[in-house]
Amino acid sequence: MIAIGERAPSFSLPDTSGAVHGPAGPGPTVVCFTCNHCPYALAWHERIVAVAGDYAPRGVRVLAINPNDAERYPLDSLEAMRARVSRGEFDGMPYLRDESQEIARAYDAKTTPDLFVLDADGVLRYRGAPDRDHDDPAQNAAWLRGALDAVLAGAAPDPAETAPVGCSIKWRP
Amino acid sequence: MRVELLFWAGCPSYPAALGDLRAALAEAGLDPECVSVREVRTEEEARAEGFVGSPTIRIDGRDVQPAAGEPLGLTCRVYRRRDGRYSPTPDPADVRDALRAATEAPRARHEGSLA
Repeated sequence: MIAIGERAPSFSLPDTSGAVHGPAGPGPTVVCFTCNHCPYALAWHERIVAVAGDYAPRGVRVLAINPNDAERYPLDSLEAMRARVSRGEFDGMPYLRDESQEIARAYDAKTTPDLFVLDADGVLRYRGAPDRDHDDPAQNAAWLRGALDAVLAGAAPDPAETAPVGCSIKWRP
Repeated sequence: MRVELLFWAGCPSYPAALGDLRAALAEAGLDPECVSVREVRTEEEARAEGFVGSPTIRIDGRDVQPAAGEPLGLTCRVYRRRDGRYSPTPDPADVRDALRAATEAPRARHEGSLA
């Protein structure tokens, strides 16, 4: 498990078209474990997409990663991921497949969604939920936006950690 | 009236759904403690129950938001609120409507038998 202030694991994962992405980059990166079948992930999804669009001009990248076992949960298959991307549901952020689940395990991801904000040096600065209420769009991913604002200003996010809320990650048996 | 809430412990939404259901029962003048809460623990139980995800609320056997063609199994259920938003719990208005329909149906049958 990585702690706030520690360097996060690097990775190279393919998106739905096969292009490979990783957290290394010139600016902060949001690593967002998510999926297709979880109502919490779906409820927060538009807010996270909005963050990707709003913060891209400031050099922030959002990487969505689906780590779920697609054999037991076919709605999380690569084909189903591609269908959502083709419908424009992931505009502004690539949707990556963690087929081996190694990256989700390396990050100790618990739920979908579960967010990790890394600074430009790859150090973990925030981990948790997008905001305090999946059922209230007015929350507007306030915790995530606050964390990014802090990181971009060279400050420590407050809070730096919140409890991830959502469906448990569907590990392979 | 038989009010059931079926849940899978792997999904964290059922306490909120149970709270909404009990509030709807109280609002309808019904006993909020009448809910039969049952855990679905295995895929076999899910198949036997016709369980499409957690939480599932049934009133007299009818789903408050009937699922169309969703696979059976242990998963979190995806609901749509009336404004189109995704949610882990049914729209409270759908729960209230289902309760109202269930309470009015026996009355309508009784009145029909008197006519």
